[in-house]
Amino acid sequence: MPTLYYLLQKEFIQIRRNKFMARVIILVPIVQMLILVPAVTFDIKGIDLCVVDLDLSSTSRELVNALQGSQFFKVRRMTFSMQEAQNQMNRDEIDVILHIPTSFERNLMVNDAASLQLLINGINGALAQTTLVYFTGVITEFNRRIVMEHIVLKPVSASPQIVTRTRYWYNPELNYRIYMAPGILAILVTSIGFLLSGMNLVREKEIGTSEQINVTPIKKHEFILGKMIPFMVIGVVDLAFGLVLARLVYAMPFVGNLLLLVGFTLIYLLAVMGLGLFLSSFANTQQQYLFVCFFFMMIFILMSGIFTPAESMPAWAQQVNQLNPAAYFIRVVRMIVLKGSGISDVGWDMARLSLLAISTTVFASLKYKKTIS
Amino acid sequence: MKCFCESQGVRKKQIVDSIQTFGAKTLHRLLAFIHKEFLHIIRDPRTLVILFGIPAAQILIFGYVISMDIREVQIAVVDLSRDTISRQLIHKFDASNYFRVSHMLNSVNEVEKILKSGSVKEVLVFESGFGTRFMREGEAMMGLIVDTSEPNTGRLVASYSEALIADFNRELAMAGRLKIVPAVRMLYNPALQNEYMFVPGLMTLILMLICALMTSITITREKEFGSMEVLLVSPLRPMQIILGKVAPYLLLAFGDVLLILAMANFVFGLPVKGSLMLLLLESVLYIGLALSLGILISTVSKTMQQAMFISLIGLMLPSILLSGFIFPLENMPLFYQIISLILPPRWFIIIVKNIMLKGTGFRFVWKETLVLIVMTAIFISISAKKFKIRLE
Amino acid sequence: MQQIPVILVRHLVKKFGTFVANDDLTFDVFKGEVFGFLGANGAGKTTAMRILCGLSRPTSGELRVDGLDVHKQAEAIKKRIGYMSQKFSLYKDLTVYENMRLFGGIYGLSLHDLKSRIDQLLGQLDLRKQRDTLIADLPLGWQQKLAFSVAILHHPSIVFLDEPTAGVDPFTRRQFWELIYKAAYEGITVFVTTHYMDEAEYCDRVSIMSEGKIVALDKPAALKKHYGVGSMNEVFLRIARSEEEADSR
Repeated sequence: MPTLYYLLQKEFIQIRRNKFMARVIILVPIVQMLILVPAVTFDIKGIDLCVVDLDLSSTSRELVNALQGSQFFKVRRMTFSMQEAQNQMNRDEIDVILHIPTSFERNLMVNDAASLQLLINGINGALAQTTLVYFTGVITEFNRRIVMEHIVLKPVSASPQIVTRTRYWYNPELNYRIYMAPGILAILVTSIGFLLSGMNLVREKEIGTSEQINVTPIKKHEFILGKMIPFMVIGVVDLAFGLVLARLVYAMPFVGNLLLLVGFTLIYLLAVMGLGLFLSSFANTQQQYLFVCFFFMMIFILMSGIFTPAESMPAWAQQVNQLNPAAYFIRVVRMIVLKGSGISDVGWDMARLSLLAISTTVFASLKYKKTIS
Repeated sequence: MKCFCESQGVRKKQIVDSIQTFGAKTLHRLLAFIHKEFLHIIRDPRTLVILFGIPAAQILIFGYVISMDIREVQIAVVDLSRDTISRQLIHKFDASNYFRVSHMLNSVNEVEKILKSGSVKEVLVFESGFGTRFMREGEAMMGLIVDTSEPNTGRLVASYSEALIADFNRELAMAGRLKIVPAVRMLYNPALQNEYMFVPGLMTLILMLICALMTSITITREKEFGSMEVLLVSPLRPMQIILGKVAPYLLLAFGDVLLILAMANFVFGLPVKGSLMLLLLESVLYIGLALSLGILISTVSKTMQQAMFISLIGLMLPSILLSGFIFPLENMPLFYQIISLILPPRWFIIIVKNIMLKGTGFRFVWKETLVLIVMTAIFISISAKKFKIRLE
Repeated sequence: MQQIPVILVRHLVKKFGTFVANDDLTFDVFKGEVFGFLGANGAGKTTAMRILCGLSRPTSGELRVDGLDVHKQAEAIKKRIGYMSQKFSLYKDLTVYENMRLFGGIYGLSLHDLKSRIDQLLGQLDLRKQRDTLIADLPLGWQQKLAFSVAILHHPSIVFLDEPTAGVDPFTRRQFWELIYKAAYEGITVFVTTHYMDEAEYCDRVSIMSEGKIVALDKPAALKKHYGVGSMNEVFLRIARSEEEADSR
C-alpha cells in the first residue's frame, strides 16, 4: 500500500515538526513518573490520636502507652476537655479521640469490666474502618495482658488460639510506587490512544485539510490506518520509556514477558483508538472532541479500578467493565509487570479485548465518511 | 493568520454585528455579549455533556461503583487439615461481608498459579494436623498469603483477615474475667458512607475542570482562529470581552454546585449540615478563582492543544492527586505537601468538608477562605498584566 | 471536440431538511472548456460543486462526471478530478514539496513521475526556490497558486475550483487565470465558481445561479448581447434585479 506509506510519512513529519507535541510525548511520561508516582500513596503512617484521660490511673496510662507503642497510633494531644478535643477534630488536626472516663481502673478491678469511648472521624470510611481494626487489635492484646498480670492468683486455663503468619506476595513491602507506576503508565497510554489520535483527526476537519483528502480516491481504511499507526508507535515507545524510568527510579521489577505486554498494549491501543476515531465523527472542532472524549476517558479510568479495589464493585459494574478497555488494560499491565502472569493467565482477557478492538475499529471505519452531511 | 480571517469572516461579522447592534451603553452591550456567549454554549449538546453529564456520572460512579473499602473479595483456601476448627474459620470468612471463598485448592503448589491468574486476592493455608495441634498444644499456626500487587487492597485484605481470626480466637476463648469494652462512635459519618468522602472531592474537582479547562480552551480558541482580534477592535474593552467569555461559565458552574448538592441530598441522603448560604458563597468564590486560573492559562498558551495540556496535566492531575481527595495528604513526602499548599483545591476541599459534613461555621474556615481570596487576586492581576502586554 | 460533455447534470436536487439548496439543475460542461459557475453567496454553487466532487450526496437527479455515475462510482470519479476548496486545505505545517509528494502519492503517481511533475509545476509557478519552505510561511497568493497546482498534479480530466481567487490581490488573480488557461490548454476541463464578475469574462461559458436555480447559461458575449449591456457585471445586476422583482410580485 504505497498510499499508506505517504500518509505515514506525512503524519510523522507533522508530529516531529509540532514542537509542543514532541515535548508532550517526551515530557509527560517523565513528569508523571517522577513527580506523580511518589505522591500517591494510601500508606497509613500514623493515625493521629487525642487522648482525654480523665482517670489518670496506671491502667489508663498503660493503655495509652500500648497504643503509642503500636506502629499505627500517634498520640498527638492530651487534654481533659472533650470540647477541646472535638474542636481539634473539627480542624482536622486529629483523627481519633480516645475518651477514658473517671473510675475506669476501679470499674475494671471491681466489676471486671470497664468501658471507654473511641470517637473516630468517619468521613474517610475506609480509613475509619482500618482504624477500628487496629484499635481492636491493640485492645484485645491489652486485655490478654492484664488478665495475665492481674489474675496470677486465679490461674485460668489459657484458651487455645490461632496464630497467623501473613505473607505478602508480589509486593512484600507494600510499596505504592511500583503499584502506581503501571497505573499511571496506563493513563498515559490511554491519553495517547484515545485523546491525541482523535484530536488529530478532528483537527484536520477543523482546519479544512480533510476536505482535500476526501476528494482524493484514498480508501477509508488507508486513511484510518494512517491515523492509527503513528499513535500506536508513540504509545508503545512511551510505554517502554515509562517502564525504563520506573525501573531506574523506583526499582520497579519487571517479572513478566515484555513481548506479551507490548502485544497487549497494541491491542488496547487499537481498541481505544477505534473508539476515539468513532467519537471524532461526532465532533467538528477539537474542543467538542476533547469534551466528549474526556467524559468517556474519565468514566473508563474510574470504572477500571485504577486506584480502588475493583473486586468491591457491584456485580453489574463488573459486567459493564467487560466493555471497558481500560479495565482490561490496567488489570493486565499490573499482572504482567508485577506478577509475571503469562499468556495462560491473561489469554482470556486478551481474547475479549481483541474482540472489543475489532468492533471499535470496524465501527470507526463504517462511521467515517468521506462526505459531508 | 491572514487566511483564517477570510474563512472566519462570516462568524466574525456576526460577532461584531451582535455587539454593535445593541445599545450604546457599555453594560447593556456587555450583557448582550454575555447572553450571546451563554446561548452559544448551551446550544451545543456536547458542551452540555461536559457541563452536567460529567458531574452526574462521577457522582453516580463514586456512589454506586467505586469503594475504597473491600467487599466480597474472592479468596482461596488450602485446607490440608479438614477439621472442625478450620471449617468453622473458613465459614466465618465466607459469612463475612469482606470475603467470599471461591476456590478450594488441593495443595500449596496451586497457590502461585491462582494468585497469578488474578482470580483471588488471598489464600488461607491450613497445614495438615492444624486442628490436632490447636486442641493439644493450644496454639496452631495458619498461613495467609496475600497478593499485594495492589497494596491498598492487599493491606485491607490482610488486616481484615487478621481481625476476623482475632475475633474467632476471642469467641473460642473462655471469656477472660477482665475486659475493656470500647464504645465506638464514628463522628460525622456514622454509617461510614462512601459519599461523605467523595462528594466534597468531586465538587472541588468538577468546578476546577469546568471553570479552568473550559474557559482556558474557549479563550485560546478565539485566539487561535483569529476571532479575538475582531473582538478587540469592537467597542467592548478587553477585560469586558474576557468577562463576557467567562461569565456564562460562572453561571453554569454554579448550576453544577446545585446539581451536586441536590444529588448528594436526594440520591445519597447527604444533607448540608452547616449553613447552605455560606457553602454557596464559598463556592462562588472558588468558581471565581478557577475562572481566573483559566484566564491565566489562556494568556500563556498559544493553541488550544497547549491550553488543554496545561489544564489537564498541569492542573487537573495535581488537583486529583494532591488535594487530599483520594490520597491522604498527611502521608505524602514533605515536598508534595508543600506543593499542595499552592493548589486551590486543597483549601476548598477543607471548606466543603467543614461546612457540609461537620456543620462548622465560618469560624473554622476563615483561614482557608482568605487563602482563596488572595489566590484569586494574584491570578487576576497576573493575567491582567499579561493581557495588556499582549495587546501592546 | 467541443461537444463531448464531461459533466452531465440532469435535474439535480439537493435538500437539507426542508431547505432546497439545488433546485432542479440541468446543464452540461464540455471537454476542454473553462466553465464559470456564478451566483451570489448562498445561491448553491458550492453545494453543487461538492456533489460533483463526491464530497456530498445528491438527493436526486442524474449526474455523470467524465462518463461515470456520481451515485455509483464516486470513488472512481475522484481519481479523475482535481479539487481546490474555498477554504485553504493544504497542510500548513508541511513544506511545498512535502504537500505535493503526499497528494501525488495518494493519487498513485510513481516517485519518478512525481519528481518530474513537481519540478515542472514548481517551474511554472516560479516557486522552485520555495520547494522546502513551510506553506505557513508563504504569502496567501502563492498558497492559492500552489493549491491549484496540487489539484492538477495528477493530470485530472476535470478540475473544480471553488472561489480560487477570493481575497487575492488583482495582480495575483491575473497570474492565477494564466494558470487556469494553461491547464485548459493542456486539455483539463475547468469548472470554477467565482463572484468576481470580471473573471466571468474569462470563461468560455458561464451559468448564473440564484436561490438554488440556474437562471442564465451561455457564452459571456451572448449573455451581454441578450441583456443589451457591456459587461458581465451589468448582466449580473440585471438578473438580480429581475429576480427581486419576481420575488416582490
